[in-house]
Amino acid sequence: MNGILEKFLEMWQYQFMVKALVVGVVLAVTAGLIGVSLVLRRKAMIGDGLSHVGFGAFAIATVIGVMPLQFALPIVILAAILILQVNQKSKVDADALIAMLSAGALAVGTLVISVVKGVNTDINNYLFGSILALDDFDVVVGVIFSLVVILFFIVKYHEIFAMTFDENFAKSIGLKTERLNTIFAILCAVVVVLGMRLVGALLISSLIIFPTVTAMQIVKSFKAVVFSSVVVSVFCMVMGIIFSYFVATPTGATIVIFNVMAFLVAKVVEVF
Amino acid sequence: MEKQPIIAVKNLSVEYAKTPVFRKINFEILAGDFVCLVGCNGAGKTTLIKTILGLIEPSAGNVEFLGMSRKEIGYISQETVITANFPATVEEIVLSGLLNQKRGIFYTKSDKEKCEAALAKFGMKKLLKKHFAELSGGQRQKVWLARAVVATKKLLILDEPGNNLDSKSKKELYAELLKLNAQGITVVMITHDLDHQNLVGNKILALSDGMATMETTEAYVKRIHRHDHSEGAGK
Repeated sequence: MNGILEKFLEMWQYQFMVKALVVGVVLAVTAGLIGVSLVLRRKAMIGDGLSHVGFGAFAIATVIGVMPLQFALPIVILAAILILQVNQKSKVDADALIAMLSAGALAVGTLVISVVKGVNTDINNYLFGSILALDDFDVVVGVIFSLVVILFFIVKYHEIFAMTFDENFAKSIGLKTERLNTIFAILCAVVVVLGMRLVGALLISSLIIFPTVTAMQIVKSFKAVVFSSVVVSVFCMVMGIIFSYFVATPTGATIVIFNVMAFLVAKVVEVF
Repeated sequence: MEKQPIIAVKNLSVEYAKTPVFRKINFEILAGDFVCLVGCNGAGKTTLIKTILGLIEPSAGNVEFLGMSRKEIGYISQETVITANFPATVEEIVLSGLLNQKRGIFYTKSDKEKCEAALAKFGMKKLLKKHFAELSGGQRQKVWLARAVVATKKLLILDEPGNNLDSKSKKELYAELLKLNAQGITVVMITHDLDHQNLVGNKILALSDGMATMETTEAYVKRIHRHDHSEGAGK
């Protein structure tokens, strides 16, 4: 028991652990919040598509030697807006478009890496996440971003509910749903880019999807789902990071496993 | 006192993939009217309503609102495609109808009272805290109605609101709509209930072959009656 306590106290002496926990918590709050609207409007897979675009952008940034976060952020935001625009104005279905973009971006990333040797470690980090990958800039951007998202959710909560529940009705009473949709796409892009470093491109969309679906098993009002989704998301993130430190497992995968377990527990609670 | 127009539809045309749904239609809805919008399946009734609401861009012409703005309309759509287990209470849904009147960030006590009053009109006050997933089809329809009612003091646009309701509930609904109309709310309703017993409202707007014809319900009934008689005599 003393050994566990010692290791727990020792954990806080490592800068990388403190950074991971700070970024992890702010990321969990924002992913838990935006996930509710995306999941309920069946647009959750946008996160998956954007993570692949993020991978492609990170790969290019690593090869040409520029700061990955600054390089990837505008590209992924542009991709999010593109998905939204094409989805609204063209005949291509959203799921087909996301799949095309995912595969295309993954191919670009792989191709770029294949022509340059010696960057495999970084690429693995982007695919599966690394607790060591976070720097001070990630922390600052993450904290500011999460404050903006929380404020946005408080101020626009009722508009978000109206749009999520019935977009046509919301539009008919004057809500600017296109603008709100664009903001959501941008927020999703930022969550994906920030989260990719910690959780990895292949697992990041689970942070957006799992907490909401888990919350929906236990509570049935929108307000309660928003609140519970954030609680579940933060709990799984913190547990995942700490557990991965204790038993030396990959951080991203451990966080996702905690999310899977939380969902299973919620499902059992719902059944009984 | 002569009724004033609340909506003026001028030379309105809508097309899907270059196929016209209707072309250059003109009509006015007067304040206090109760208009039943009728026509065969595919005639363009829902398209017309969505164009009035601004959900569909017309290819030509325009819709003018007089003495009100477009966002003051209370609307019920025909296809409310919502996940069956959507996490929301009846109160949350009906309150969303007040979004166009909300001043601050949160709804006030008076907003909540308006929501309860609207639900009471349809005998749903007890279900205020009930979850959406637990409602029957008929109850859901009444929730949409309550949401539309709180959204407007001027104009209700309803796309087949009698759907999912049994005949008793449908009669109660029409009675409630007539009451709202008597209080000064203009009603435009798509309906297929054209038999004499169920016919409500004072005007019929018929869409057929891309054209719109407005007549009084009285004139419509007489015309249909004559038509039935002449067909009967011909047999």
